[in-house]
Parts: sequence; structure tokens; C-alpha cells
Amino acid sequence: MSALTAHRERPTKEKIGVFVCHCGRNIATTVDTKRVVEEILKHPAVVHAEDYDYVCSSPGQELIEKAIKEKRLTGFIVAACSPSLHETTFREVAERTGLNPYKCEIANIREQDSWVHEDKEKATEKAIKLTKSAVEKVIRNEELEPIKVGLYKKALVIGGGIAGIRAALDIADAGFPVVLVEKGSTIGGHMAKLAETFPTLDCASCILTPLMSAVAHHSNIRLLTLSEIMDVEGYLGNFHVRIKKNPRYVDPEKCNLCNDCVDICPVTVSSEFDEGLSLRKAIYIPFPQAVPSSYLIDLDACLGMNPITCGKCAEPDICGPEAVNFDDQTEIIEEDIGVIVVATGYELYNPENIGEYGADKYLDVITSLQFERLLSPSGPAVGIPKRPSDEKIPKRIAFIHCVGSRDERHQPYCSHICCTYSAKHALLFKELVPDADIYSFYIDIRAVGKNYEDFIRRVQEEAGVHYIRGKVSRIYEQDGKVKIFGVDTLLNKRIEIEVDMAVLALSMVPAHGIEDLASKMRIQIDGSGFLQELHPKLHPVESATSGIFLAGAAQSPKDIQDTVAQASAAASKALGILTQEKISHIPTVATVDTDLCSGCRLCISVCPYGAIKLIDEKAEVKEVLCEGCGACVSTCPSDAISLRNHTDEQVSSMLKALVGEI
Amino acid sequence: MDIGFEPRIIAFLCQWCGYQGADMAGTSRLKYPPSIVSIQVPCSGRIETKQVLEALSKSDGVLIAGCHTPNDCHYVSGNFKCLKRVTLLKKFLKQVGINPARIRLEWISATEGRKFARVAREFTNEIKELGPFDFNGKSSQEIKAKQDSKLRLKEMGGKENE
Repeated sequence: MSALTAHRERPTKEKIGVFVCHCGRNIATTVDTKRVVEEILKHPAVVHAEDYDYVCSSPGQELIEKAIKEKRLTGFIVAACSPSLHETTFREVAERTGLNPYKCEIANIREQDSWVHEDKEKATEKAIKLTKSAVEKVIRNEELEPIKVGLYKKALVIGGGIAGIRAALDIADAGFPVVLVEKGSTIGGHMAKLAETFPTLDCASCILTPLMSAVAHHSNIRLLTLSEIMDVEGYLGNFHVRIKKNPRYVDPEKCNLCNDCVDICPVTVSSEFDEGLSLRKAIYIPFPQAVPSSYLIDLDACLGMNPITCGKCAEPDICGPEAVNFDDQTEIIEEDIGVIVVATGYELYNPENIGEYGADKYLDVITSLQFERLLSPSGPAVGIPKRPSDEKIPKRIAFIHCVGSRDERHQPYCSHICCTYSAKHALLFKELVPDADIYSFYIDIRAVGKNYEDFIRRVQEEAGVHYIRGKVSRIYEQDGKVKIFGVDTLLNKRIEIEVDMAVLALSMVPAHGIEDLASKMRIQIDGSGFLQELHPKLHPVESATSGIFLAGAAQSPKDIQDTVAQASAAASKALGILTQEKISHIPTVATVDTDLCSGCRLCISVCPYGAIKLIDEKAEVKEVLCEGCGACVSTCPSDAISLRNHTDEQVSSMLKALVGEI
Repeated sequence: MDIGFEPRIIAFLCQWCGYQGADMAGTSRLKYPPSIVSIQVPCSGRIETKQVLEALSKSDGVLIAGCHTPNDCHYVSGNFKCLKRVTLLKKFLKQVGINPARIRLEWISATEGRKFARVAREFTNEIKELGPFDFNGKSSQEIKAKQDSKLRLKEMGGKENE
């Protein structure tokens, strides 16, 4: 560690300190930190510079505090890792030492220097330029205070699967009102369809249905099913949301689940809840424990309500409580919301996209969710899986892993849960049909949760499942049998087996419509279509839009354990905001020099937030709406708008520093 | 080209995508030449043509990296604003005889560290090919091109030469 102090005439009143971090060896190996200190001291505004092993550590922060006090620094630079990591840490140091947090800037000499270059001399030169450029910025930074605004103490949770249920209950239990919006007719999501859950083999319904019921009866939760988000306006703490609630045609308050309407209904269609393996009526309840606990009418299947074509279900001797209401209308519901949790879940990849496996052609090639329904005691097979083609109990069955996952032609990512649930399927099936022959085709076994490895071992050893390492190339049906072609990459030989049924572990993909929802909420989507978190470690449940949090499989494929943990994390972050009386809005917003403004309105046309209004023929920025993107600044033909702490002058002087002119 | 020539490249990186992509290149320890120095901007839509020109006047090439079109921009449509501006700027550069290849616009997401490193390497090589840039016009190829284009403009009676 070395601390040097400059004794020179200084043309500026700013007194800047510079702290160069070694980051252990991460920076110091490629950047000569001592030289950075020596060079930066030549800058007229720099009065103090030193280097240290870990500036972010407690002793490192104390060095900064000491220098601020002793040298009466007016601002400081930490030349270290990316500002994404520790800008907040160091701005807090500034704040507790009496400096304005905006008088601290970071020079990124790790991610964008020492880690990407090998030539020590050149990396050091670059570090000096980056640090000087940060000094040039900080001496021109205004001292800003966060803008304080009030907030609506109400949460919106989008998606009623296990993630949405958990998040809604956590927030509601803490005493805040929650609006839970679900696109389908019941909450419960995919978990409601599952037979048993790995690795403990608890029955899914036994875990889920009490939570669903808790949602239904919670005084703080307003549940809106058959509902979709139309648009979201506003900002953290002050969102205005419009929700479209589609008609149910049955009043859940009046319905007593007598089933008479279902018995009389003449129309049968395939059941979505049973993944097409059973039939339901046009008036139906997806499953007995559905919440809200009421029937609904499927308008597409119903013979007709306007004019009434059949109308049997609404007759007074059928529906005693007069719950069936053909005049039910679409409602537009408006809510003022403080925070939002997005938990829109996943879908299985469409098996039709994988033609060589023939799931769209052959009845006995089914999806993993269909098999889950077949295993379920309340499912279409009443607990013992039968072949969809002839209702016989299969004796030989094959599970195919990674169908659409880890495949450049489909999804490059791993779907995370298929190895373990395929093992669960094999085990449960073996318990039901002890003389069954079970084959499991896998690429690698990825059982990466607590106790999952033991679970897989148990399946391999106890259940005697034949695990074959290799990809299946083709599946087709011949003479009532399912033929599977593949390769065993461990024995290096081709495999051709005949089974009664094949189960495809299809990859998890983001729920349909997520792109549209994401663009309405201005949240980002990652390369695979899932919602993008702000930072995988520092902000794993936050979206890039403040006040909007992510939970569950909408963010990435994950199992129920991780989903629930993430949902509670999102709820706790949401509560962190709801429990405040005022919230802070970034002060680095646009500001108008009214003397220069010509009132041309160009800024109004480019502002994505409607934050600019014309008052007395001059543009005026509503600061709480401004997100600081700078679109108006670059559009203004009169140079009348500038962005606080990112002014043209700052950019210009930073450029000079970056090319070595300063 | 001069083997010893180390191009100076200034990168304007938007704070949500381009800058994060560059960070990701670092986290993944992907190597690229130290010729690139970056300046973080809130959004690619904040970047003004005058800033790009100012940067170019002090360097040999300017890289701009923002969020992927159409949906990735954190501020809804800043990337499109940037795209329009850069497209126009490149036409202008061509007209005044400066090779528009000295400006490069890329969409680089926060996860695309690999792409950032590749673009940084490619762009450095391209700028090496083009040689040093002298904005005031003394030594570079572009000046010849500039004179040529002026000549051509005259020949064409002042019409834009595509």
C-alpha cells in the first residue's frame, strides 16, 4: 500500500481522492497500480491517491473515510471492478462521510481492463485513461439528492402458479393488499397437474391445494382469474394497471358445485387440465379443487349464448342458485399499484417441432406432463398409467430426456428439472407396475438440487431402470409398438428397442405471450425468451424496471423448490418497498434551460414516459416520471435539455481524458 | 498497413446492454486489444452525432453498442433512435469523404460477452486496415477519398454521389 499526496497549485476547487484497488491479484497482475497512482496524482484536481488490496473491504472503506476527513476531499474515484458491483457500496461510504453520493465515481479497471488484456504496460495505460476520465466526470458532477415520492401500498402479482401464489401470500400475510391476476380459470398452474413431487415424493396436491385455498380466503388478496394485463403505466410505487377480466358466465359466489349443469351439458371437448387425455363439458371446472371454486363456460365450445341455442345449464331446475349468467361481460379493472411480481411460468415446448419423435402422430408417444396426469390418482387413468391407444397398462416404457433441450436446433439451454422428474416417473411407474421394463435415454444426468443425486441413485439401483447414455434419433410406431432408434454412446453401439409407450421430457419454454407482457412492462427478455433479471447475483429477482420483480420459471427453468424460494425472495423485495413511507427516484434526470427552449415539442415526441409537458410554451420535465434515458437531450435542437451528471461538457472532457489529452 | 499502428477506439456503451456485455467479456476473461476505451452512457438513444464526431476527431474509430432491436431497450426505443442517427451520420461521413466504416454500431446484450470481445477484435483489425485517422486531413487515405468525392460532386453538379 502506498499513499501519496500532491503538493501543487490547483486551478480547480475540487479536491479529488483516487483509490486504486488490486482486487487481490485480479487487477494487480495486469495493471501496475502504483503507476496509476503516480500518474493520476499529476491531474490538477487530484490531491490524494493510493492503492490497496481490496478497497471494497472494511479496511479499504476506512481508507477512503480517513482520506475524505483528513484531506477534505470533495469527491473520489475508486478504480476497481465494474460499477455494477460496488458503485452503491462506495456511494454509501461517501454518504456516511458527509459527501454527496454523486461525488463518487467508479473507474472500471477490472472487467473492462485487467481481465481482458494481457500486456501489462498497455493495460496500465488504459487504467490511467479510464481513471482520469472518471476524475473528469466527478469534478463536474452535481450534488444530487434522491427525489422523494409517495407510493401505493398495494402489490400486483401476475401469474397464479406456485410462484405467484407464494409471492401473493407472503405479501398479503405481511399486511399489504395484493391483486393476483391469472390468465386461466383457476390458480394452481402446472403444479396442480403433477402427481408427486421429487425428491420427497410428496403429493403435489397435498402441498398446493391448502395454499390455493389460503389465497381464496385471504382478506388481503383480490383474485382475478380469466384476466390479463392490458397495460402498465407509471413507475416504481406509482404504477397504474389496467386489467381485462374475461367473463366466466358462472357467478362463483352463487355456484355450489352441485355438478347438475355439467351433467346436462351436451357438448364434450378435450380437457386442457388432463393435457388432452380426457374429456370435459363446455361448462366445467378444470379440477375439483380449482380456485375460484366454481364452474365456467367455455364460450368456444358452448353451443351458443347469444342468442341462446341450448341454455340447459341455466334453467332454474338445473342451476338452483341461478349462478349461470349468460349476460356476464368483459370487465376492465383499473388498479393503482406500488410493486409488481411477474410469475408467468412456463410451457412445454411444442412436440410438433420435433417431427422425428412423432408425438403429434402417435398416440403412445406422450409428453411428460401427460404422463404426470396418467400417474395422478385423480387423473384420467385413475392412478395406473394406461396407453392412450388401447387403454392397456404398458409393460415396457421409455423415457427420453432432453427433448428440445440442450439442442442447438431447438433450445440450447438445459431445462433443469427433466432428469429428476424422469427418474421420478420411472420410480413411480415401477411401484405401480413392478414387472415393467423401463429405459431412460439421457445425455448427461443433471440432478443438481439438495438430495437429488441420492434420488437418482435410488431410482437406478432400487427400481432397476436401464439408463442408456445417448440421444434418440427417431421414434415411430409399428404394429402397435413404439420403436426407438438411438445410440448408446458408452458402449458405442446402435440401439433399437421396442416399447409400449414413450414419454418425452420436453424442454421448458417461457409462457406464451411473455414478450408482449414484457414490452408492456418494459422488462427485458434474455436470449432464450425468459425474463431477464437485473444481475444474476446482486439483483437476482429484480427486473431492470425498478419496482418490478421476477419469480419462478418465467425467469428461467427451475424446480418447485427454487421457484418457491425465488417467489419469497421477490415478495420480500416487494415488501421492502411497500413498507416505506416515501420512495426514492433517481435524481439523474433531464432538466430544461427555459431560456434556450424554443417550445418545439420534439422532446415530448421522443420521451417514452410522457415525462415532458409544455408549460407556457416551454418544456418542463416531471422528474418522478423521468427515467434518465437522455432521448430528449440528444433530440433537442436548441441544446436546451441536459441530463444531470451526464452533460455534454462531461462527455467531452471524458473523451479528452480517454485519448490522453488530459 | 503499419504493423506498429495501435488504433485508438472509443466505445460508447449503453449502461444496460453494451456496457454489461463488455463486463461479461471481462467476467469470462475473453481477450481483446487494449485499444478500446469505453464511456458509459445511459442509453444508446442519448448518443448525439456531435459526440460521435467529437470522439472520432480524437480517435481512429468509434464503436457504439446498445440493446438489441426491437425489444431489448431498457428505455423502450432508444436503440431505434440511435440506429436512425448512426445511419444518417454514416451517409454524411461518406459524403464528406470519411470512411463510414470508422463508426460501428452493434447490438450487444448483457449476456453477450463473447460478441463484445469478437466485435472489439474485429473492429480493431478493421481500423488497423484503414490506418490512422487524421480529422484535420493530412495523411490518411480518406483525404484522398474526400478530394475525389469533392471532385465527383463537382462533376455531378453537386448531387450526392452514392
